Parts: sequence; structure tokens; C-alpha cells
Amino acid sequence: MAFDEYDDRNRIFTAVGTRPVRPDGVDKVTGRALFGADMSAPGMLWGAILRSPHPHARIVSIDASKAEALPSVKAIVTRADFSENAAEQDVLDNCMAGEKALYDGHALAAVAATGRRAAEKALRMIDVEYEILPHVTDVDEAMKPDAPMVRETGGDESVPEGFSKNVMSVCEFGHGDIEKGFAEADLVMEKSFRTAAAHQGYIEPHACLASLGSDGRGELWASTQGHFHIRNLCADILGIDSTQLRVAASEIGGGFGGKTTVFIEPVALALSRKANRPVKIMMTRSEVFRATGPTSSTSMDVKIGMKKNGAITAGLAVNRFQGGAYPGSPVDMGAMCSFACYALDNVKTVGYDVVCNRPKQAAYRAPGSPMAAFAVESVIDMMCRELDLDPVEVRLKNASREGTKASYGPRWPRIGLAETLEAAKNHPHYAAPLGPNQGRGVACGFWFNHGGETSVSLALSQDGTAALSVGTPDIGGSRASLCLMVAEELGIPYEKIRTTVVDTASLGYNDVSHGSRVTYASGLAAIKAAQDAKRKLCARAARIWGIPEDAVIWEDGEAAPAGHNAGEHEPLSFAELCSDMGRTGGPISGHFEATPEGAGVSFATHLVDTEVDPETGATRVTRYTVCQDAGKAIHPDYVEGQFQGGAAQGIGWALNEEYIYGEDGRLQNPGFLDYRIPVASDLPMIDTEIVEVPNPGHPYGVRGVGETSIVPPLAAIANAVSRAAGVRMSELPMSPPRILKALKDGNGRDCRG
Amino acid sequence: MAETVAVELFGSLRRHAGGKAVVEVRAATVRDLLKALSEAHPGLAPHLKRGVSVSIDGRIYTESMFQPISAGNEVVLLPRIAGG
Repeated sequence: MAFDEYDDRNRIFTAVGTRPVRPDGVDKVTGRALFGADMSAPGMLWGAILRSPHPHARIVSIDASKAEALPSVKAIVTRADFSENAAEQDVLDNCMAGEKALYDGHALAAVAATGRRAAEKALRMIDVEYEILPHVTDVDEAMKPDAPMVRETGGDESVPEGFSKNVMSVCEFGHGDIEKGFAEADLVMEKSFRTAAAHQGYIEPHACLASLGSDGRGELWASTQGHFHIRNLCADILGIDSTQLRVAASEIGGGFGGKTTVFIEPVALALSRKANRPVKIMMTRSEVFRATGPTSSTSMDVKIGMKKNGAITAGLAVNRFQGGAYPGSPVDMGAMCSFACYALDNVKTVGYDVVCNRPKQAAYRAPGSPMAAFAVESVIDMMCRELDLDPVEVRLKNASREGTKASYGPRWPRIGLAETLEAAKNHPHYAAPLGPNQGRGVACGFWFNHGGETSVSLALSQDGTAALSVGTPDIGGSRASLCLMVAEELGIPYEKIRTTVVDTASLGYNDVSHGSRVTYASGLAAIKAAQDAKRKLCARAARIWGIPEDAVIWEDGEAAPAGHNAGEHEPLSFAELCSDMGRTGGPISGHFEATPEGAGVSFATHLVDTEVDPETGATRVTRYTVCQDAGKAIHPDYVEGQFQGGAAQGIGWALNEEYIYGEDGRLQNPGFLDYRIPVASDLPMIDTEIVEVPNPGHPYGVRGVGETSIVPPLAAIANAVSRAAGVRMSELPMSPPRILKALKDGNGRDCRG
Repeated sequence: MAETVAVELFGSLRRHAGGKAVVEVRAATVRDLLKALSEAHPGLAPHLKRGVSVSIDGRIYTESMFQPISAGNEVVLLPRIAGG
């Protein structure tokens, strides 16, 4: 058996699957936890960033002389203060504009001053001369041949001739003959869809404290999902050696993919290097909206052929995603996910990566997949309505299963989509009666999940406790889950283990906490480190007993002699072996460094009931149920929390959240009053069903759960609202004005909502 | 030992391989595979250089250059998988 494969001998768990108190809970509710903005340093300056008010402009000149003359100002930086040779030119350009401002909010210069207000005052004294350029913020407009050109470079070799230079790449997936498939169908339906850009909406704005000397050695404290990654990005952008910069991750008040890159961190470091003092930068909420990554906004066309019995004969999806002013929207992921839930003989998906004068998109839970699912799952629902078929049965009939070919190529290993559909079908929610103006929606979703580079260290202590060091910031309860997995392996209580997210000087490289990877990859690494420590403990017991190492086994938290020739010895407990380890050979630690590649994909099915007020167009979510495959739920509370969080964010994305740009190309709603995320009173209790189809690539069967939960909500809610309102909603968000307009226009009444 | 491996290309890569959905190269590992693909089909090289994932019998490998591949494996080239 390969080192990282599912071990069915370990199916009876003692610690895993329990729900102990979270180790970071008390700190967070008492205010003891330190977030990005909570760190200060002696002699610290405050940094502030000047941002472009124009969506597209050439920067003719920047005159900072008046600001520099202020006694409170200790440093001013512009693009000239960063490395010309940075490999990550787009990341650098997004942190500090070069020749052009590419979106409203693009950073142009930064000031470090003795106080925050002094820094903001200094910003107002910097004169920038702009040459205003035409702009474009809509994805379909940007694809027109005569659209304003955002980047002179144009697209890569995948873009056919004649396309707008704003199309950066084109991707295509699929197999079979879709025209043949459509010809075999009893019903073919096609529809176009649009989704607005939504922000990850983390409650904690970006914040950091930086200290960098002229010798290139520095420290950085930041709210981030990946301190090793941002260390490397900052080192590249500033032209210093990565290991000379020590980065520590603060507690994180939400990231959801949006804190997987840098925005203010290189700027704070550059200011610190110039001022030779520590510099703190804390974004305002307006800056978070204007200058950090929302999702892509999208425009999509979907066409599906279906037999009268619900069998899908062909599927086509054409997805156009704008990713802001830089290439790299997740349209390829979206195109791969469009039909991932279904085993189709004839399928084709196409994706266009488009640039606009908007902030550079950043990952947001399962990037690309929620939008793609919205379009495909909506058309499937339309067809179920038209053919009078049960939407769960149709999905079960066509569901991807082990051995069927994924729409993006490979044959599926063991997966749990059908099990989530069965869970939904059997849930009381599915049979519950609906009231007036109410509708029920169903949708499925898929995400890949990811492994990534991982290093951990497990140090045993003389008092019989263990300290696990990891390099993956805890964004969803991983410290509790990791403690549980170590407890399971060592056979000691959960409370005897502490997991710490350590700085970049303390471990080898760790990939970002993204891709739903932490419970999978850091968990696998923690298990392997614990097994390494157990081997060493067994060797120590063997030495004490004077028997061969292979005559000792680890059982129920003790080293015990095993086999005919081992002799009679009283088992030695974990605590006994730890207490003497200094005298029996020295300190004991377990280690693991690798890139686990067995992340199991994850599927979910969501059920949602909505009630639409026909007079106001307002939607109320009355009931919500998430059924998702977790592989194995290590700490079920956190798994349920991930399910509920994904659904809650999806509800916001579906019903309210929207980047609104004016004709002037400026963001009209950069604040939580005008960009409305759901609050507790907007949400019903979100019920959860944890499905456990073990991932063959993890010793305990874990699949990541953090992202798949946001994939079905957009579609499930759209299907529920469309059924409640009697009109098909094809554009997100389904805000009250949009629903009222659809009701007035009668859009899609012929397809029965 | 290198064996002849059939590699499925996703749609937008196929025009760089004469329109073929499946190409054959000799490889013993993922690294061999990517090198052989670049040599046999130079048009694929920019894509491969930007980063890809390789699915082997349904398991997606993003970093493992030395992962063994043999003739019996189902091998599919994919865009590099990441996440949020």
C-alpha cells in the first residue's frame, strides 16, 4: 500500500469523529487572539496608499514633494521602489501601478508617517497627472473587437485571430459528438446567464506590520492564508532573499481564497526599508472592495439535450469570465466543473479568460465552479419542469459515478455524488409541503480539492504532551482537526496536544491554506509525523527492554512487546516514555515533509426553499439543507460549519451581493451598507447531512470540505426562486428590483420558471 | 523503464497536436511525459511551461515529477489545479 492511501484497518476511530471544544475558541471570544491589525512595534509608522480614482489612465507624473516636506512623513514609495526584475510582474503591478492605472482603486504611491491620519493627509498632497484612457468593465463589452484595450500584450497562443485583445486565453474540454447528442434528444434547451462579481466578504480587512532593514533582513506579520507563499512573493517583489524575510501569520478573520496573495504587504515592507522603521498598514473596507480580489463576473451560455426519461444526451457550456485587469480568471476551472456532476457521452465546454478595468480577481472558494454550476443546474431544472421530471431523480440518473468519464477527461475514482443525492432525496426536507409563493430548488456541485507542499513537526514533551507545528494558517478549524488526528494516532487525549501555526523560519515550505487542502494534506502530514514519532517511541521501548525494534508495537497509547520472542514486559505508556526520553536517547520528534497528491474530489447536493414576495420582489430563504461528501468528518462541528458557511455565502451571492460600476468605471458600492452580505436574520437554520464516502488517497479517508459547499447554492436558490416566482431567473444577484422586473416582463414564463 | 503511454489532451491543446485528442509518447514518469510531449509537439510547450496537472487513473498530480507512469494507466493532461 502506498504511504498515503486509505487504511481500512483504521476504521474504528476513538478521537476522530468526536466534537471537542475548539482550541482557539476562548481566545477568540475573549479578544485575546491577535489578528492582523492587533500587532504593533516600538517606533512604528503608519502606512497609507494613494489609489487611482480613474478606471483606466496613463500615469504621466507623480509629484510627492509637498507630502515629503511634511515633518510627519518618513517615507514615500512608488513603483520605482520595487524590483524591476520581479518574476511576478502582474502581482507587483497590482500592488503598485507602473505606467498605467488599470482600475478604480489601483495603488499609485504610498506614504509612511508618524500617525494614520498624518499618512492620509500626506496622500492628499501628492499630485498625480493622468492621461485618461477609455475603459471597459463588462465582460461581454470587453470581448467586442472595438473594445478599449486593457493590456497591450493581448492574449496567448490559445486565442484565435480576430478576437478582442482583452481575451487572454481560451480553453476547451469535452469528448464525444455534441451535435449527434443534441439530435438524439427529445428536448433541447439553451439559455444565457450572467453573474455579478462578488467579494469574499471577510470581516477582517487586510492588515500587516512590516519591518525590513536596508540589509535585506526583515519580519512581517500579516493576515494571510499562506505566509510561506507571501514571503516568496514579497521577496521577489522587493528583490531580497526569501529566507531573510521571516513571516508570521496572524489569526485570520476570514479569507475564503481572497487572502492567498499580497496587496499591502510588499508596500509596507518597501516603506519600512525606506524609513528604517516598522510600518503598519490596515486597509479600510472601501479599499478592500476597490483593490482586493472579488470573484470574476461572468456571462455564460448553456445548451442541453435530454430524453423524455431524463437521460442527458449532450451538454454544451460556453463560459466568459472577466478576471479584472490581469489574466488568470478561473474560467478554466469553471469550464472543467460545468458538467462534472454528470456522466455524459457528448459534452463540450469552452472558456474565455477576459480582462477588464476592474481589480484583479482573487480566488473565492471553489473558484469558477459556483458560476458554472449556476448555469448548468438552471438549465437542468428548466428541463425537469418542461418534462415534468423529478429533479433529484434526473440528477441521479445522470450522476457521475466511479468509472464514468468526467466531462474534463479522467475516469472518476471512488466518489460520493450519488450518495449526496440519495441523502437529499431521503431527507424530510425534500417531501415537506410548500406554502404560497414558495418554491424548492435542487442543485449539485463539484470541486477538485488539492494537496500541495506540506511540512509539519511533532515535538514530544517530557510531561507526556505533544506540540504539532504546522505552516498552514487555520482558516476553518484545522488546529482542532489536526489535534484529533494526532490524538488518534498516538492514543493520547486530544487535550494533551497543541497545534501551532508557526512562522516561516520554523518549518520547510507549506503551500497556502487553499484548495480545501489543510485537513487533507496537513492532516495526512500530522498522521505521518505521529507515526514517525511512534516508531521512535517503539525503538526507545525496545532499547529499554533490550529486544529488537520490530518486536515492539504501539497499541492504545502504549509501547507493548509483540511476538513470541519479545519476552514479558510491562507496556510503557506514552507519558512514561516521554518522561525519560532525555536519558534514553534524547528528545523525540516526528516529522513529515512531502507533497501529498491524493486529495479526493468532493460533491454536494443542496435543497433550498424560498418565498418570493410578488409585490416587493424580496426573497426569503425559508429552509436550507446541505448534503455533502466529507470522506471522513474529523471534527463534525467544523465540517458542518463549512457546509453552513458555504451555503450562507452562496445565499448572499445569489440574492444580494454585486459589484456595481457606474458609467464612469468607478465602483459605486464599496461598503457593507451598499454591498449587502447576509446577516444572521437573513438566514434560516442551515441543516446539514454529512455523507462519508472515504477518499482512497488519505489514511482516514478525508476529503476537503471547505469549497464544494459554495458551489450548488447559486443554482439551488435560482431554481427555488424561479419556481416560486414562476419566471426563470438567469442573472445574479436575484435582487428585489431584478425579480420585480422579471415578474413584470414575464421572462421565461413559457418554460415554467 | 519507459513505456508507450497514451495521453489525453484537453480540447484547447489538441490543435497543437495535429487535432488529436490522444497522443502517444514514451515515458516512465510525469517528468518524462511532459518532456516528451514538448519535444513531440512544440506547440504544447508554452502550456506545459505555465504549469499543468496530470491525472493518472483518476488521481490528479500537480507537483509529482517522479510519479511513475506505465502503458496501462489512463493519463489525462489538465490545467494546473489550485483552489481558494
